Amino acid sequence: MADFDTPELKDFLETPALCPGSMEHSKPFVAAPVHQEALGFPGELVENWQEKAIDRMGELLDTNRALRVYLDSCVKCGACTDKCHYFLGTGDPKNMPVARQDLFRKVYRRNFTTAGKYVPWLVGAEDLTEETLDDWYSYFHQCSQCRRCSVYCPYGIDTAEISMAARDIMDHIGIGQKYSNEIIGKLHKIGNNLGLPEPALANTLEGLEEDIEEETGIAVKLPLDVQGAEILLVTPSADFFAEPHVDGLIGYAKVFHAAGASWTISSYASEAANFAMFIGSQEQMREVAQRIWQAARDLGVKRIILGECGHAWRVAYSFWDTLVGPFDFLDPAYPMPMHICEYTDDLINREKLRLNKAANDEMTLTFHDSCNVARATSMGGRPGGQFEIPRAVIKAVCNNFHDMADDTIHEATFCCGGGGGLLTDDLTELRVKGAKPRMQALNAVVEDHGVTHMAAICAICKSQFSKVMPYYGLEMDAIVSLHQLVSNAIVLEGSIQEEELDGTGEDDEAGESLEAEDEVAAIDG
Amino acid sequence: MAYEINGETFDADEEGYITDIGSWNEGLADLIALDEKIEMTEEHWEVVNFLREYYDEYQIAPAVRVLTKAIGKKFGKEKGNNKYLYSLFPYGPAKQACKIAGLPKPTGCI
Repeated sequence: MADFDTPELKDFLETPALCPGSMEHSKPFVAAPVHQEALGFPGELVENWQEKAIDRMGELLDTNRALRVYLDSCVKCGACTDKCHYFLGTGDPKNMPVARQDLFRKVYRRNFTTAGKYVPWLVGAEDLTEETLDDWYSYFHQCSQCRRCSVYCPYGIDTAEISMAARDIMDHIGIGQKYSNEIIGKLHKIGNNLGLPEPALANTLEGLEEDIEEETGIAVKLPLDVQGAEILLVTPSADFFAEPHVDGLIGYAKVFHAAGASWTISSYASEAANFAMFIGSQEQMREVAQRIWQAARDLGVKRIILGECGHAWRVAYSFWDTLVGPFDFLDPAYPMPMHICEYTDDLINREKLRLNKAANDEMTLTFHDSCNVARATSMGGRPGGQFEIPRAVIKAVCNNFHDMADDTIHEATFCCGGGGGLLTDDLTELRVKGAKPRMQALNAVVEDHGVTHMAAICAICKSQFSKVMPYYGLEMDAIVSLHQLVSNAIVLEGSIQEEELDGTGEDDEAGESLEAEDEVAAIDG
Repeated sequence: MAYEINGETFDADEEGYITDIGSWNEGLADLIALDEKIEMTEEHWEVVNFLREYYDEYQIAPAVRVLTKAIGKKFGKEKGNNKYLYSLFPYGPAKQACKIAGLPKPTGCI
């Protein structure tokens, strides 16, 4: 399958023996000049790159107070060392969060602290050499910016911020990452990460409408560019393209249909994801988010709902307002933004959806908390809502559910191994190894509680798991979309599913008469 | 990287996707497939040809579901599923079949 060994899953998660340098070969493809220049970055490594890099570091330190605090406050206590999934999966000591930070910190100290300028050997300060830059490119692309280490750091140092800053500096001297930068360019040009043009999107949505009608007998719509719709759904473009994502999209459509909602997708802003966060570029992040603001305003919607996308929810929840707000043209009666899980949960609580849990009986579920949702946002306007609401929805549509171990869920959740702009084939080894802690926790509930499927609310997590699960002996379709489960359980009015449950529906007491028939059948049987 | 057939060179990116979509031909497809350790059969060609037709119309590869549905409709229901496509293209129908069909790699959270 590959030229590396898949880590072995044991009974419990071990801190690995150190393997220095074992992952220094891991480097994603470098962005081509055309991908770089489309984002306003130099096409290739600039001549005076050291000087430029330090200049850019200075700009970031001036504009991002948190970055300087993170660089200054580490006391080398070691609490973070065994918290990173990439360290746990690879054993490479430079994947310890503190060591990753130090690749940046040593250059910061040399150039921006008095001690580092005069007595560098005393404070671990070093110049930005070619070798260090090489380490930066390798190891800052072995951080999925999941922020698990920051949960355990007594100072709350966020390695993600440091890794974003390092990537931003590298972009500014001409060595960007192909995967992220090519995608951001595509979004600017076409409106989504896939590069799915409007006619293809329309064709795909029509196809899904046909599928739903075939399955339910109901003409559920997936409206595109409907002027004056009440809700704008912004979802990752993977929802239009990949499996099991598309089953989640079908779920959203059925929920909107059941609620009688007026909603639309926008072809101009047909992407929830914002890869600019991964490369740490405020300017790019603003430009990407601006499309959604513009589409919402142009379509005249009253509210915006986000589909299942982890970092999109973080960007929307934490940054939209300051990046591209105000969204004062939306109806203030609704949360802005709103997550599709909040929307569905609310309908369930108000008993607006008819749900047949038995439709998911062939599965026993667990739930993977996606890192950006878990550690950077909330839901339902209450602390911990981001953990409770997705689980509440799953439990409302499934009979069988088991959580994974406590130290691997909620804010302690392990990254899928493919977040932060690392979901690319050139990093397959890293992705497989980095998935080990999550696979270990999943495997435990598979063995002890008969779990068959894991649900997620992030496009990256879903794609990553369907790719890496086979390496660990699990089926690729053991990962499901949360709204796929909703889709299975929801009973639409007048649907084939309703008829199957209630009989033909010719008289009002159909439900009761079916129960009576069941009893007769039971006695006969 | 690049592919070479009878002295003619076809440029490709780091992952083996050809850079000039217009330069694709069936011989090149066979060569790319060989590189992917795939021997092209009639079934493989059914998928590759569909991908190219769809790309001609929409300038993008079809979504996985669009592909499975179309293949199922055209060539029989037993072929209209993901498992069948993975059996032909073990590295994933979207990416591997696109490479052989000379189309750009689909990108994003997929």
